[in-house]
Parts: sequence; structure tokens; C-alpha cells
Amino acid sequence: MSIATLTIEQVQTGLAAHEFSAVELARSALEFAQAENPKTNAYLHFCSERALAAAERVDKKIAAGEDLGPLGGVPLAVKDVIVTKGVRTTCGSRLLEHYIPPYDATAVVRLEQAGAVILGKTNCDEFAMGSSNENSAFGPVRNPVALDRVPGGSSGGSAAAVAQGTAVAALGSDTGGSVRQPASFCGVVGVTPTYGRVSRYGLVAFASSLDHIGNFGRTVRDAALLLETMAGRDECDATSAFAPVPSYTAQLDGKVAGLKIGLPREYFEGLASQSGDRIHEAVALLKKLGCEVREISLPATKYAVPCYYIIATAEASSNLARYDGVRYTTRAKNTRPDEDTLSEMYRATRGEGFGAECKRRIMLGTYVLSHGYYDAYYLKAQKVRALIAEDFRKAFTEVDAIVAPVSPFPAFKIGEKVDDPLEMYLSDIYTITGDLAGIPCMSVPCGKTSEGLPVGMQILARHFDEAGMFRLADAFEKAGGFAGSN
Amino acid sequence: MKITEPEVRYVAGLANLMLTDSEIARLRKDMDEILTHMDALSELDTSAVEPMAQVLYQSEETATLREDELIPPLGNEAALANAPLAGSGYYKVPKVIER
Repeated sequence: MSIATLTIEQVQTGLAAHEFSAVELARSALEFAQAENPKTNAYLHFCSERALAAAERVDKKIAAGEDLGPLGGVPLAVKDVIVTKGVRTTCGSRLLEHYIPPYDATAVVRLEQAGAVILGKTNCDEFAMGSSNENSAFGPVRNPVALDRVPGGSSGGSAAAVAQGTAVAALGSDTGGSVRQPASFCGVVGVTPTYGRVSRYGLVAFASSLDHIGNFGRTVRDAALLLETMAGRDECDATSAFAPVPSYTAQLDGKVAGLKIGLPREYFEGLASQSGDRIHEAVALLKKLGCEVREISLPATKYAVPCYYIIATAEASSNLARYDGVRYTTRAKNTRPDEDTLSEMYRATRGEGFGAECKRRIMLGTYVLSHGYYDAYYLKAQKVRALIAEDFRKAFTEVDAIVAPVSPFPAFKIGEKVDDPLEMYLSDIYTITGDLAGIPCMSVPCGKTSEGLPVGMQILARHFDEAGMFRLADAFEKAGGFAGSN
Repeated sequence: MKITEPEVRYVAGLANLMLTDSEIARLRKDMDEILTHMDALSELDTSAVEPMAQVLYQSEETATLREDELIPPLGNEAALANAPLAGSGYYKVPKVIER
């Protein structure tokens, strides 16, 4: 057994054949992850006791001959913006450095009920704001494929852990590409489901009309299994969808011949890098599989970045107002209960606590919502968002899936783009559209650059057609031999 | 110029953010660049477009209604466990109202 390359299927086979117990696997996984973590800083903290308790429950079921659940004994990592009862949840922020949530996120509850063993919490950009994981208050994550490079963001720790082999699969969150972009940079599978498909109860809010819980795996099958286990209506999240959750894994039948695939012209213009070469090769492979590929147009694409950054920062400025020094662990040290005013305490706590990127977004969001600017920015952006969603609706009357790049370039060097926030925002161009439209989308590995840096191909599908998306991704992954290719 | 330093200070006040002078200067430059980029939206005619206030909702409007049943609450102790300063079952904050 090599922990670093295990898939969920291999965990299940190993447990069934008594090659190892769930507790043995959990111990080895924790030891391995703790030993390897200094290389990448992917985990912020481990929860060994909780992991071993979960593994013991699985072993008891094995002894009693009971069903282990679909994720029985599978070691997982959870992004530190998803709350875990009794286990520190920092959101990569100094403000929540000591925050111990009093409840579990619904996604976490469902995964543990299915037998998953949560090893620890992974590093991320502060409050999930960033595309490189350099905005964490606890230091950047290094890409396990090339340690001087970023793993992408904001779910950089989760992507890195799966790529490094310190977790079999992981949870992330995606607001503008925070699962797909790091998945592509680290060479793993990353999934952003339909808006509302997975309950966000317990996902610390960034931009509520765009936030998704998503997930990472070494194979499409693993990613599909994780999603079908946690998806579905939850009374604790009024925005969670009622639509029934089919088995995605049961539909990985390779039947993709005749599938109509659209290549949006706007996503390929000027894509001259090696990332573009890999995507073009991927498209050739899809044709070989019998897919009918055609060019389509999504004309509103060029407005996606400004549209996204108006809506996301506006919602963030509102959601982050709650970190005011009253409820969430951190209050500015120099405030004296009897002498300072309440307003001074708020201002000092937030000024000391938030990092530069959070401050930038709170400021932008406050500005675009402020008196006299609301119509010109926020309302305008909501209208442009409608145009972007309409582009996709029209496209999906002609094609079954859309294939595109995930990022204009592969993983860049740590520090390379950190001083130019606008350039960093512009790099999100291919991923933010899926979040704005609320459609399911994913990144699946499609090869490497000459320097050995992974490239991801993006698949976007109709609302609630995760099954079709996974079917295509699985057939592609198998045909290209890309499973566990990082 | 899209935004001046006094405007940045005004917005920081609205956002309850205490910022240093160098942060203000940096934010003025960054916000100026980003807001200029955002102006690209104004070239689009959206007069006939309804704003997208709802991402996706496929169920009936009453679908989220449920029976009004008692469930155990979080409880005072757990709710206050993360408070930087608490007392007598409440969050404690600096004085708001003068006697």
C-alpha cells in the first residue's frame, strides 16, 4: 500500500481484503501527512483524535460485518473555511486564529456519516480571497509538483494535499474558480457543482450568490463519489436545491460518442501558451472518442471579470462585516472596555485583523454599494451577470457540454504576481463565468508543459447535469491515461 | 482619477476599517486601477435586461416552508465560547450609551 497514490477504490478493496484496518490506514496517513507537510504547508492543523475515532467506528463495522458506507475509512482533508465542531477553523485569517466552531458543516456531517476519516484542515487564501494561496495569514502553500510555485487558490492547500498524497480526496470551496484553478495547477481533479447542489451550511460566507462547496480527487470517479455523497437538499441551507441526487459513479459508462461539445471562441483567442497546446490536444482526443466538436460563442465573456469583481466584493463587504471583535475570538488588543468607543473597537479590530487582499475587497465592495454608485456598479453588474447566464443557456440548446481552458497559464512562481492585484483578478477569466451562471464545471488533468507543470481542461455543463459532466471527464481521463497523473 | 485619498478614507469609515496612511495610498492606487477596469461594463447597453437577483431556484416558492418544530438550540454557553469578552451570559463590548 502506498498512501501517496491511494484511490478511494483501493482503500475499499484493501479494507475488504483485511490488508489493513481503518485505524492502521488513518495512523499511517496522519504520520505521512505530518511528515510531508513542512514541504508544502498544505495543512494548517491536523485533527488526529477525530480521525482515529472515525476510523475506529469503521473498524467496528468491519468486525460486525456491517456496510461501511461509500467512503468507509477514506482519509480526507477539509479546507479551513468549512467549519468543524471542536476543531479550529481559521479561514486562513489572523482574525479567526483561535476560532473553535460549535457545529459541523452539513457536508462534513454527510462525509463522516459515509465513513470518511477527516485528517485535518487545509490552508487557503484568507476568507477564500485569492488565486495563488499567497493571501493566507499562515504562509503560502507550495505546489508539490514544483515547490517554488503556487498551488493556485484559494483552495490551494486542499489541491496540494491531494497532489502530494497527504489526503486521498479533499473539500474546497469555489466562488470564482477556487477549486478548478488549483486543481489544474496541481494536476488533480477539481469539481464545482451546480449552485445549490451542496449545502453551504457551515461554509464561512464570502460571496453568497457565488459560493459553492466543491471537491478534489485523484480520479474523476473519486471526485464523483465524494460529490454524490454530500450533495442534496439540506434544511439548514435555504438555497440548497431540492433536485434529487442521482448516482454519478453509476453513470461512468464511457458512452460519449455523439456528444456535442462546444468550444467557446472567446476562451481560445490569444491562448498561445503551452496550456493552450494541451487543451487543443485534449480536444483532438475528444474527437477521437467520437464527440462532435464545434465552435460556439459566449459574447459576454469579456465583461465577466469586472462583473464578477463587483458582485463578489459587494457581497464580501457585507458578509465580512460580522468580524467586528464582538463574537469571533479576536478583538484589537489596545481596546479597553470602559474607555474606547464601540466604533473604535470595530475599526481597530478589523484594521489589525484583515490582511491586505481582504481589505482591498472590503473597500471595493463598500465603494460599489455606497450611495450614488450602486446603480452604476452593483445593479449594472447584476444585469451583465444575466447576460452571461443567458449566453450559457443559449449555448446549451446547441451543445451538451462546453470545453475550455481553466487558466491562461500553468502554476506561476511564488511572489510573481503578488504586487499586481488587477493582473491576478484577470487570470480568473475562464473560471468565474461558471460561478456567475451557477452551472456545474470541473477541471480534469490533460497533460503537462515541457517544464512538467500540470494543465487542466475545464468541462462546463447544464444546471444539475453533473452526471453528464463526469461521464465525459471519466472517458477523457481513461482515454488519455491521466488518472493520478500529477 | 476614479478615486481620491479623502474618498478612500470615507469608504474606510463606512467599512469600519482602520487603515494606515501607507495602506490608504496603496488602496487608492489599486482601487483606481480596478474601478477603471470595471468601467468596461458601461459600454454595454443593459436597459432591456432584468438584473439577475436569483441564481437558480427551481422549486415552488413555498418549498422551503416546514413544520414549526422545536429543536434544541445551540445554547448560551456554546454561543459565547468564542467571544473575546463575555459576562453574565452576554457579549461584552465598550460602552455605547452614556449615562
